[in-house]
Amino acid sequence: MNKIVDKEYFSDNVVKLVIEAPEIAKSRKAGHFIILRVGTKGERIPLTIVGSDTENGTITIIVQKMGVSSIKLVNLEVGDYITDVVGPLGNATHIEKAGTVLASGGGVGVAPLLPIVEAFKNAGNKVITVLAARSKELIILEEQIRDFSDEVIIMTDDGSYGKKGLVTLGLEEVINREKIDLAVTVGPAIMMKFVGLLTKKYNIPTLASLNTIMVDGTGMCGACRVTVGGRTRFVCVDGPEFDAHQVDFDEMLSRLNAYKKQEEKAYENYLSKYRKV
Amino acid sequence: MDRILEYLKKEREQEWRVEIRSKIKTKDRTSMERLDMPEEDPDVRNKSYVEVNKGLLVEQAIYEAQRCIDCVKPTCVEGCPVGINIPKFIKKIETGEFLESAKILKETNALPAVCGRVCPQEVQCEMTCFYTQKLGKPPVAIGNLERFVADYERNSGQISIPEISSRNGIKVAAIGSGPSGLSFAGDMIKMGYDVTVFEALHEIGGVLKYGIPEFRLPNDIVDVEIEILHKMGVRFVTNFIVGKTATIDDLKKEGYTAFFIGSGAGLPNFMNIPGENYVGIYSSNEYLTRVNLMKAADPEYDTPVISGNNVAVIGGGNTAMDSVRTAKRLGAERAMIIYRRSIEEMPARDEEIKHAQEEGIEFLNLNSPIEYFADENGRVNKMKVQKMKLGEPDDSGRRRPVPIKGSEYFIDVDTVIVSVGVSPNPLIPKSIKELDVSSWGTIKVNKDSLQSSVSDIFAGGDIVRGGATVILAMGDGRMAAAAMNKYIKEKVRNIISLVKEFKTIGDILDFATK
Repeated sequence: MNKIVDKEYFSDNVVKLVIEAPEIAKSRKAGHFIILRVGTKGERIPLTIVGSDTENGTITIIVQKMGVSSIKLVNLEVGDYITDVVGPLGNATHIEKAGTVLASGGGVGVAPLLPIVEAFKNAGNKVITVLAARSKELIILEEQIRDFSDEVIIMTDDGSYGKKGLVTLGLEEVINREKIDLAVTVGPAIMMKFVGLLTKKYNIPTLASLNTIMVDGTGMCGACRVTVGGRTRFVCVDGPEFDAHQVDFDEMLSRLNAYKKQEEKAYENYLSKYRKV
Repeated sequence: MDRILEYLKKEREQEWRVEIRSKIKTKDRTSMERLDMPEEDPDVRNKSYVEVNKGLLVEQAIYEAQRCIDCVKPTCVEGCPVGINIPKFIKKIETGEFLESAKILKETNALPAVCGRVCPQEVQCEMTCFYTQKLGKPPVAIGNLERFVADYERNSGQISIPEISSRNGIKVAAIGSGPSGLSFAGDMIKMGYDVTVFEALHEIGGVLKYGIPEFRLPNDIVDVEIEILHKMGVRFVTNFIVGKTATIDDLKKEGYTAFFIGSGAGLPNFMNIPGENYVGIYSSNEYLTRVNLMKAADPEYDTPVISGNNVAVIGGGNTAMDSVRTAKRLGAERAMIIYRRSIEEMPARDEEIKHAQEEGIEFLNLNSPIEYFADENGRVNKMKVQKMKLGEPDDSGRRRPVPIKGSEYFIDVDTVIVSVGVSPNPLIPKSIKELDVSSWGTIKVNKDSLQSSVSDIFAGGDIVRGGATVILAMGDGRMAAAAMNKYIKEKVRNIISLVKEFKTIGDILDFATK
């Protein structure tokens, strides 16, 4: 049982939660994630740790309402407890001084991107970050990202903020302008796929942080398996970061949709239950 | 071993044993037929999670107990990895003292209700039973009797808590709460240690919870046995991954003196054939975890599972049987075992194969998948299978399956469960640099003490064996507990003898700074 000590709405659908988890706060590094469960009938869902406070023994996560489990989580208030929190899981990001790092984050993917950007900046890299979302309200953590970036470019699909266009447009502008030594991308699988295709064209090594379906998160089940360079890898113990040029994103996309029907049905059931109450 | 035999002999000479033995002539005992375990109707049970084996009734248990002739040399005990005093617990059934009998089980076995259900007795105690060895008759149903006693005690509401020695204040940890860790914890707490069990998942029990289905081992029964350990003083910490949440070094700083790693063989093997990552293809670990631990088939729970109509389970072990029988219960019209050897070579227990056959499971023996196909959404819908024939024996002594050229054919499937074994989970071994690990990823240990290359770390169960049974893991837990106790006692003795040498306060300060 882990207590929620702070909660902040970024938008109607995106919420920041600060959770008491002293041991995880102490041992976690950039790139690590947790698995949590809301209620004794809840499912286990993976979420990247966005930040931690070792003094207060807390970790921060950012959640977007997607389905029943994330709605249950977002509905918890300060003082409530999360039934189970375990971590830190996965491998920490390999942070090095590469030179100029081009980061890109899409939607709520900016949350897991933040600690990575922070770590690369602290390692002495020049960091340029492209943030992308459908519209202005969905751009999150801009200020925090600015704190650790030499330059921030904002892209929105509808042009309501920053420049109009997809993330790749912003990235290509930078690539054409200056030498990029390393790219990092976190966001929806489809976005990472196209970022990978773009940077491959320019021969820029690119890390993608994958967020797949998981159950245990310790290598036991294989729900999170992806094909990387023709080999099956487990995101939970081999990742979550992989060479974006080697990841089979189409396979990953279909695996992410494995339970779409069940999820839709669960959502309807959840709503009808709520309406009765 | 001699000391144990001596002890068993002495026990056998107790007045009550002599008396009960003399009540029925040996000849009359051996002419009694073994009782079969009462089972639920296959057509009922394959649609529900009720337990398949219903357990013996009181009269049946007494009858079966009477078959045991209380041998001078109880070879059955040698066949038991945890060394249960088998004749004694059986004779206590014969006298009708079932609660006493339960106490005897718990002297050496932390999980009798579990073992009575899932132990392969036919290759252990029942194989070394006098009936099997010397009479060529069906053995005393030791496993069924064990289960009877454990169930009787649980249902009586008078569950006894084993006695424990006075506390010695020495902190030890078990890493993993599966059968080896629980068995280790049970023995260490009895010896007076301060025991903490760390578990990565949100529930205690390891494979007993996530792996073995309700129809073979209900989770409630596991919980009762865990509760006994809890009442004895074992501390359980869930959601804690040693090596991740905190390292062994962190735990040492918190005062833990020695560790037992029983983290299991949690890494599922796949066959690496084309299409194996299509949606609807599971490892047995994932499938069983979703259904058993996360209760995915219950609409009240949030975790989903794909319950297919045409389910193929690849493999021939107990886990494959558990998976295919689970699929049947989730409503599969066609639930198939696809195994590359013949039914005789299957590693699953005979009982499991028999139960599966009764429940309408199809066995496609001498068949092996070579490729999977999917629809436009990446969901598996077909598999290509190759027929096999048996060739020369391989290293395991079983005849090697050889593919028959041109025999390929297709089977329509919507769910596939790959159950071709597991590898040791590398998470913990990887987090301790000095630990010697084999090329298979198992932790290397001294086979008599289960001590690893790091002197204060012991290990057992599947992380050492690579994939075995609940009871062998439990045997390891006991062996490691005994060896760790010896190791710690010796360490304490060494320190005391050092302290005795001290002449001045300066000596003590010198030692302390070292």
